[in-house]
Formats: sequence, structure tokens, C-alpha cells
Amino acid sequence: MILAVASGKGGTGKTTVAVNLARVMGTPVRLLDCDVEEPNAHLFLGGETRSRDIVSLPVPVVDESLCDACGECGRFCEFHAIVSLATKPLVFAELCHGCGGCLRVCPRGAIAERERRIGVVETIESNGITVIRGLLDVGVAMAPPLVRAVKARLAPGVPAIVDAPPGTSCPVIAAVRGADFVALVTEPTPFGLNDLALAVDMVRELDLPLGVVINRIGVGDERVHAFCREKGIPILLEIPDDRRIAEVYSRGGIVVDALPEYRAHFERLRDRVEGGGRPS
Amino acid sequence: MKIAFTTSGESPEAPLDERFGRAPRFIVHDTDANTFETIDNRRSVEAAQGAGIQAAQTIVRAGVQALVTGHCGPKAFRVLTEAGVAVYNCGAATVSEALERFRAGTLEKASSADVDGHWA
Repeated sequence: MILAVASGKGGTGKTTVAVNLARVMGTPVRLLDCDVEEPNAHLFLGGETRSRDIVSLPVPVVDESLCDACGECGRFCEFHAIVSLATKPLVFAELCHGCGGCLRVCPRGAIAERERRIGVVETIESNGITVIRGLLDVGVAMAPPLVRAVKARLAPGVPAIVDAPPGTSCPVIAAVRGADFVALVTEPTPFGLNDLALAVDMVRELDLPLGVVINRIGVGDERVHAFCREKGIPILLEIPDDRRIAEVYSRGGIVVDALPEYRAHFERLRDRVEGGGRPS
Repeated sequence: MKIAFTTSGESPEAPLDERFGRAPRFIVHDTDANTFETIDNRRSVEAAQGAGIQAAQTIVRAGVQALVTGHCGPKAFRVLTEAGVAVYNCGAATVSEALERFRAGTLEKASSADVDGHWA
């Protein structure tokens, strides 16, 4: 079972949900922190770092002595990472997604590849929870390959929770794709609703089953509930706007440990997710 | 020679756009034929990334030898320079005013990009 925890809007409580759910699993679980621009799940769980692997992308290197400036490489690259205008190609490595297409279309074999580092993947053991987190290098704007490197560390048969980046763009799709179920975390505000609607469209485009977690019940209005009813989306869990939860979070604590009355909430969420969103 | 100007409009009286990569259009003036032609840059405006590079390719393919714009970032500058297009930064309000300054020889050819990428 792979559960992705995602959200159109940032700051709605994705990591809170992911971490607390991992804590109530009761079996070994992998928590994949795919929010590679700001991974923070490990701050709540602690643990020991077991491995640290560098992740690189293959980017083109042109041998100008073999190039006849035919321009095929530049015509192929939709990201403009290699440009050839009747001149020797210019390479913009920071735009390269590492697909290797330019190398394949070059009729003269003038393109080779070198490795360009984009970040690291760390594995941290924390009391039955294996946290695997991607950490994008500062200045790199190429998250999807690093997200995929984190997900390559899924273990067959071991349940996994994927903490996705916020939004609905390429890094999020890289994180969510392949999940068995997607839990979208939102808050009952106009911003929360707007970004939830975008996220629902994204998940439906990927044809994945989904449910919604509404955090901070008590702020805002009822429109998120109405939206879910109208769209036939199950509401998996409602978390009240409880100041104590914010205090636990701000200290890097875990809600189900610090406030045991919430344990049953997250166990219910676990059961519903494992049942594909149906009421337990 | 052909000179390209960045603009949001359609005619020489239109404003000179400060941006290069994400300018809506280019007005290309052919000094020999004394003609003005408009080139759409919508594909670059809508590009998720690499707008400057794509716009520079459009300019080069149009056979332009000089570009007059507000600002030009490092990637676009590299493509333009490699292809032999001279870049002139200009604060004129309109395309025709920028053309007057170009004709008067008061514009200085840029030796490097004058802004970082994604400045606007």
C-alpha cells in the first residue's frame, strides 16, 4: 500500500498527517519525504541516518570537433537545454531533465554525457519508521528527478507514506504517481478550497482514488464540505482548530504521542485509507 | 539590416517592452526595405522555463542582426551573442523612439546581460 499525502495549498498539514499516520501504522513503514525543497518529516521523528546517496542527472557534453551544427539536438530538446542555431550547440545544464534525447538524435555521435549533481537522498531509521528524504541542492530547480530517486527506494511489501510537495506541478505529479490512494489535506477556507479543487483535478487526471483530510475545522466556512459532497469525495478525517496541536507541531512533537486523544482519529484515517476511502 | 524591438503592441508607436524573453511581440524593422514586421512571441510568454532562450532563437531565425530591448538576461544573451546578434539596452518609451536613438547612434552595444534570469 502506497499512500500519497498531498495538498494544492501549502501549510495545510501534509507533514502532520503523514508523520502521525506513520506513527499509528503499527507495522514497519517507509515515510518518503518528497518535499525535496524543504523536507521536514525527520524533524518530528528523529532517528539515525543510515545512508546518504548523491543523486545526479546525465547532462550533455558536446565534442565540437565532431559537431557539424546540424541543429538536430536543439530541435529535439523541448526544455531549451541545448541550443544550436547553425552554430556549435550551447548547453544550459541547469535546464536539462537528463532524458538523453539529444545524444540519441545526434547523427554524428558528437554528444556524450556527464553527471550533474542535483541533491542527496538520506535514509533515517526511527523506531520502525524508515524516513527516506530527498534534499535538493541549493540553487537547483529540477525537483522531479530527485523525487523519483526517493521513490526508487520504495520496498516491495512494506507500506509507504509519500509526503508530497505542495501544489499541482511536476514535482507533485512525480511524487503522487503510482500511489494506491491519495489523501488531499486542506483547510476550510476560500484559499484551501481553491487549491483543493486544482489538486482534485490533478489526481483525477492521474486516475487515482482520493479522499480529503480537512484540518483546522472551526476556521473559515462550510464550502470545502459542500465541494466534497458535490464531487462525491470522501472526507477521511476532520482535525479541529486546536491550539494545542499547533503548539506540539511548533516544538517538533508528534500529535498522537503528545495528545493521545487524537490517536483514535489517525487510526481511523489509517483504516479508511487502507480500505480505499470507504467508511470503516 | 534587420533590427528587432520588444513590444506589447503592433505598431512603431507602441511601447517598448522592458522584457525580452516574455515580451508579447517583436517588431522587426528592415532598414534597407524600410518595412516593419510583427513577430508573435506567445510561445515564449507561455513557456514554463527557457523563455529567453526560445525568444532568442526566434530572433535569430528571423535573420535579425540587432536587438533593442529594456533588459536581457544571461541565457538569452549567450544565445544571441553566439549567433552574432548585437544587444542594445534602451529605456525609450516607444519603439519609434528607440529606433530614433538607434539611428542617432546613442545606444551602446551591451557587453553582457544586464539583469539576472527571471528578473521581472
